[in-house]
Amino acid sequence: MSPYRLASGGRIDRARQVGFTFDGRRYAGFAGDTLASALLANGVRLFGRSFKYHRPRGLLGAGSEEPNALVSVVRDAGRCTPNVRATQVEIYEGLVAESQNRWPVLAFDIMALNDLFAPLMPAAFYYKTFMWPRSAWHRWYEPVIRRAAGLGRAPSAPDPDRYAQRFAHCDVLVVGAGPAGLAAALAASASGARVMLCDEQPEPGGSLLDEHAATIDGQPAQRWLSVAIATLATRPNVTLLKRTTAFGYFPHNLVGLCERLTDHLAAPLTGTPRERLWQVRAREVVIATGAVERPLVFPGNDRPGVMLASAGSTYLHRYGVSVGSRIVVVTGCDAAYAAALDLHTAGATVALVADVRDTAAGAAPAAAREAGLEVVERATVLGTSGRLGLRSIELGSLVDGTILNRRTIACDALLMSGGYTPSVHLFSQSRGKLAWDAARQAFLPDRHAERERSAGACRGVDGLESVLADGAQAGVTAARAADRDAEWQPIRAAARDFNALGVPGALRQGGRQARSRAFVDFQNDVTTKDLALAAREGFVSIEHIKRYTTAGMATDQGKTSNMNALAIVADGLARPLPDVGLTTFRMPYTPVSFGALAGYDRGDLFDPVRTTPTHEWARRHGAVFEDVGQWKRARYFPRDGESMHLAVARECRAVRAACGIFDASTLGKIEVVGPDAAAFLSRMYVNDFASLAVGRCRYGILLRDDGFICDDGVIARVGYDRFHVTTTTGGAGRVLSLMEDYLQTEWPDLRAWLTSTTEQWAVVAVQGPKSREVLAPLITDVDLSAAALPHLAVRDGRICGVPMRLFRVSFTGELGFEVNVPADYGPSVWEAVCSAGRESGITPYGTETMHVLRAEKGYIIVGQETDGTVTPYDAGLGWAIGRNKADFVGKRSLARPAMHAADRRQLVGLSTVDPAVVLEEGAQVVEQPARAPPMRLIGHVTSSYSSAVLGRSIALALVEGGRSRTGQTLYVPMPHGDIPVTVTQPVFYDAEGTRLHA
Amino acid sequence: MLLIDCPYCGPRPELEFSYAGQAHVVRPADPSAVDADAWAGYLYLRANTRGVHAERWRHTHGCARFFNALRDTTSDRFLVTYRSGEPRPASLPGDET
Repeated sequence: MSPYRLASGGRIDRARQVGFTFDGRRYAGFAGDTLASALLANGVRLFGRSFKYHRPRGLLGAGSEEPNALVSVVRDAGRCTPNVRATQVEIYEGLVAESQNRWPVLAFDIMALNDLFAPLMPAAFYYKTFMWPRSAWHRWYEPVIRRAAGLGRAPSAPDPDRYAQRFAHCDVLVVGAGPAGLAAALAASASGARVMLCDEQPEPGGSLLDEHAATIDGQPAQRWLSVAIATLATRPNVTLLKRTTAFGYFPHNLVGLCERLTDHLAAPLTGTPRERLWQVRAREVVIATGAVERPLVFPGNDRPGVMLASAGSTYLHRYGVSVGSRIVVVTGCDAAYAAALDLHTAGATVALVADVRDTAAGAAPAAAREAGLEVVERATVLGTSGRLGLRSIELGSLVDGTILNRRTIACDALLMSGGYTPSVHLFSQSRGKLAWDAARQAFLPDRHAERERSAGACRGVDGLESVLADGAQAGVTAARAADRDAEWQPIRAAARDFNALGVPGALRQGGRQARSRAFVDFQNDVTTKDLALAAREGFVSIEHIKRYTTAGMATDQGKTSNMNALAIVADGLARPLPDVGLTTFRMPYTPVSFGALAGYDRGDLFDPVRTTPTHEWARRHGAVFEDVGQWKRARYFPRDGESMHLAVARECRAVRAACGIFDASTLGKIEVVGPDAAAFLSRMYVNDFASLAVGRCRYGILLRDDGFICDDGVIARVGYDRFHVTTTTGGAGRVLSLMEDYLQTEWPDLRAWLTSTTEQWAVVAVQGPKSREVLAPLITDVDLSAAALPHLAVRDGRICGVPMRLFRVSFTGELGFEVNVPADYGPSVWEAVCSAGRESGITPYGTETMHVLRAEKGYIIVGQETDGTVTPYDAGLGWAIGRNKADFVGKRSLARPAMHAADRRQLVGLSTVDPAVVLEEGAQVVEQPARAPPMRLIGHVTSSYSSAVLGRSIALALVEGGRSRTGQTLYVPMPHGDIPVTVTQPVFYDAEGTRLHA
Repeated sequence: MLLIDCPYCGPRPELEFSYAGQAHVVRPADPSAVDADAWAGYLYLRANTRGVHAERWRHTHGCARFFNALRDTTSDRFLVTYRSGEPRPASLPGDET
């Protein structure tokens, strides 16, 4: 047994030995140990290397505030968690942990050379130094610096673990299960209120877990704690969450919790989530997050073996570990005397208690002296020694600015305390305002923004009985605020209540220039000199100093360092501490894994995928898909290894010569019903719908009120009071929302109702000169002849025996039909049409072919030919506007003179002089050839394709005054020269429309 | 995440809503009758309020209705929510401005 593990004591299970490795070496600990306590018990003091100077570092604390002992815990290639605090890693059989930021090994780290050059590396050293040449930063400086100044490494394989997420509601959420939190939860839950209590540690209790001398309600504190936990466990209205950190406070009492479920298990059950993110909406919140001890700031205070006094108590009482064989306690706070006394009682050698205050008087120093400990006053630490761990300290007394009684004391552990800082992180995140309390030397919660209250040490309450009373009162107040009848039961407690008041800032050194540096922020390697430099260089705002020196910006968010940094800056600026002010507390309180935040939204569940009814058929027939919003659409159907170009050319020719079949189900569909449906649509669209006969369709254009095109689609009147509106694929949601907005808020008097039917209909488009003869045998109750069913007619009927809404519409310029059937019948009707058309050469085609065919006809695509600045006139669609309508959305804006200016960009066709050249979509159009930039740009190419049917390239473009330029030669400048183009009409194929009306 | 009290459904998380801009911007009854400045004001000019702001929300993933709310933009606190068409409430409990 190592000399550091005491023969008895602690909450560990000494019957269960646990083996683990650290940096490849095997160690043994006990069940209940953390990695920190187990290594400490094995005499390990060196845990890692510091961020910037690669200085050897050991444990500073025993909990989540730990800044130094960051390790990687490795299960396999995908399960490697970097930057976890050794103080929070519960060991299990076979645990593998590794130190970080060292090479080749922890005890001998080449980069420790940085430390020798430390005088040359002050605050902002990197930004000041690595400025020239400019290009070298990304290529050379930054990669090298990043490798040298680092924390752990990210895992190389994807994370195989599952992460869960849960929403929860409660009357009272209590954060922190220390004495105040337990008292609050007991009091609140006794009223029947739904209570959630969470704590970051593996067992509830907080500081009570270290409490050995106290009694509560006449029982030993540990006994009271077990009863309290058992009581809460039996109450069905209480949810007790262990290993759960409240990491963020969001508006309206939403608190984010991260519960760690499997990290402490040797062999987690398959399927168990590793972590669970809770989003708790609480009616009332009790914040009982306690306080964090502050280090003292003196030269060499980062040497392994220098720790917080409270950590000394925790290792002793919870893990039965003595932090050293010869211990010095240096303190500016009475509470640290408890650690000295307890270690002394447990048999450790406490060489000295050095009190940095002018007088060490009162109960705590008296008790120490009575126990036979040497106590010195006015002490200051002048330096420490020991390469990889503490060997001795140099101590002096500061009398009237002079150092007296200088002496060196051999020791392997130094416990320090500068007092306690209330943990106001969550309160501050809730947008509550803090106020400086001069008596308590702390920032405490003051003005509230949310329905919460702080209780116990996190609002500066000291002493066990007061803390319990404060917690109980907070629990009662919270329950009452949540409309419960709660009663306050006093809890009696007797404890050795040593004052937690301390001394923020650096220890005075009597004007002497210290050889070694005094660290303020251990994790980011910020020293007193860096802060002094920032003040000398003229920084005044604490927020600027924080960013310049990086104090408080590490993963620990300055839990141990912020107050000291603030006091040192206030000293340097010669301003009172509260005037300098605090930096903002930001979430997360401790780091939260990306896995927990992402939760279920990974892989296939990252974003929903929408597929059409014929998706499976298309997949079986070798379709190449493209993403259109969330939809998967078949882009083309290559045969025998065809390229896209060849497949699209074949599909285009088939539609023009015979017949093609296309899945148009993604079109947005809205059923507009009601006595005022026609009036409503007439107000929304530029077209007039009052004059539209039942059984007829109209091409509709929807503007925004600013007069620009927002969407388009075919609108069919299927009954006197019923319209079938189609929208673009991407615009479906936007159009419905716009319509609802006008209907609900501008024209609530109109009796019309909107229903999205996008996914209720499968739409099979059958296009081409042979489409009528293909469909006719399948449809018995609708006459498909041109006379009975002209272009833009609609009929309800049956196809293959199933209900059908048949549109005679065309987005190809050919004779065409769109067969709408209930979505579930989509696949069978599709296959029936394919079979019926086999003799006619029916060819499935995709969106790429659809784009080419519509461009040959000059049909626009909203979002391709339009960009939110195109009017119907610009697009050549002025004919669609209902002339005699009093109003429609966008009408007033269209009346502005600027909307009719002759030089507006108008839709035209462009024919390249060389028919083989295909323009690039988005390319600019200019008037003069062979000019160097800047050139006046008069337009841009919106669509461009190679047309197999026309045997040449075609393009659509928006060009200034384009319609008056027909026949002009313009130029499209490209990197390898100008491409001459001729302006044409935007219709390249069958301009008379004879095929359409066939 | 805000908690928003839909006048039709009750309190629901912000996830279910979409913001829809300033409230009580009335579209002219006869747009053709208003001059260009008035029309531009309707289209584009909006308040940038520090304090109590009347704004529209839509319970998109719930009842799908638009409604109005008074929210303090400095604290994100909702003072009241009310149905579209109702006037802006005049005096409010807790209205500090």
